[in-house]
Amino acid sequence: MNIIVTKEDLSKINFYLNKVVSASLAHSILLIDRSGQLITQYGNTLDIDVLSLSALTAANFGATAEIAKMLGEEEFTLLFHKGRSENVYFTAIGDHVILVTLFDDRTSLGLIRLRINQISGDLSNVLVSIFEGGRTVPLGEPERRS
Amino acid sequence: MPFINFSKDEIQCKIVYYGAGFCGKTTNLQYVFNQMNEESRGKMVSIDTRGDRTLFFDFLSLNLGKIRGFDIRVQLYTVPGQVHYDATRKLVLKGVDGVVFVADSLKVQRKKNIESLINLAKNLAEKGVSIRTIPLVIQYNKRDLGETDSELLPLEVLEKDLNSMLKVPSFPGSALKGTGVFETLREISKLVVKDVSRKIMLVDQQFK
Repeated sequence: MNIIVTKEDLSKINFYLNKVVSASLAHSILLIDRSGQLITQYGNTLDIDVLSLSALTAANFGATAEIAKMLGEEEFTLLFHKGRSENVYFTAIGDHVILVTLFDDRTSLGLIRLRINQISGDLSNVLVSIFEGGRTVPLGEPERRS
Repeated sequence: MPFINFSKDEIQCKIVYYGAGFCGKTTNLQYVFNQMNEESRGKMVSIDTRGDRTLFFDFLSLNLGKIRGFDIRVQLYTVPGQVHYDATRKLVLKGVDGVVFVADSLKVQRKKNIESLINLAKNLAEKGVSIRTIPLVIQYNKRDLGETDSELLPLEVLEKDLNSMLKVPSFPGSALKGTGVFETLREISKLVVKDVSRKIMLVDQQFK
């Protein structure tokens, strides 16, 4: 199975990410899949190693989800790290994708969560069409080289 | 699963180095990191304990050039080898496109190699992936210890133990000295890219 993201998908996704960034003063958003692959980034992430951040975020999110399961929860709905000036908020969008929002003290977690909640349904619909809409191409078993 | 981004003309693949504790998975990645030029690789990220054991994973991103106009970006991960870290191994295997199984050539590690390979097959199967079809390469690491007093398993025994059923490409190596490291990486990259290219050919007419 492979996941294909077209230019059209990306412009739809970026439309929603732009809405969050411009209405919340977050400085950047990453959209990653749960295996740690970066789908897209929006905003100012020039100084950050986004590939490593994606891998670590997916692992962090996966580990936290396992802790939730051990405690009888399906998943923790709020995952937030607060630093002295930089903060990170993680949100699951559907079953496959994690939205990572980076923001500083010019804005608040409450506003970030509100703006993300406003677009999460629409964004989820776009992602469902990518991950579950028959876009993945199941293939026959590849032959093993002899 | 490979991630094909038609907007950036980029394909991202995930390769996981698997094997028993202290077999040399992290050392493989460190050697690759040290040898490749900065333009082709990202930073190496390690989550380990003070005793050098990998706690969660190591991560290294490489750019392998272009195929059919697509930039091929390969992300290398290692898993923690110790038995009790199975939950984190499963997390790292999520979305894997290819596996390098690093076997420890030391005679005392024979049982642990076999257990780790069985564990790999089981964890892949849980994700609906068969060890018989996923791109896989085996590296028999620590061959350099043959020059010391350490007792090593002959390559034929390792092949019989680990590769008699799978019949995948295998390489003797020494991750510490660099022998076989790039041969292993080249082979697994080739197999993964071949697998992905086959998929692209099927879909690019449809989506580009």
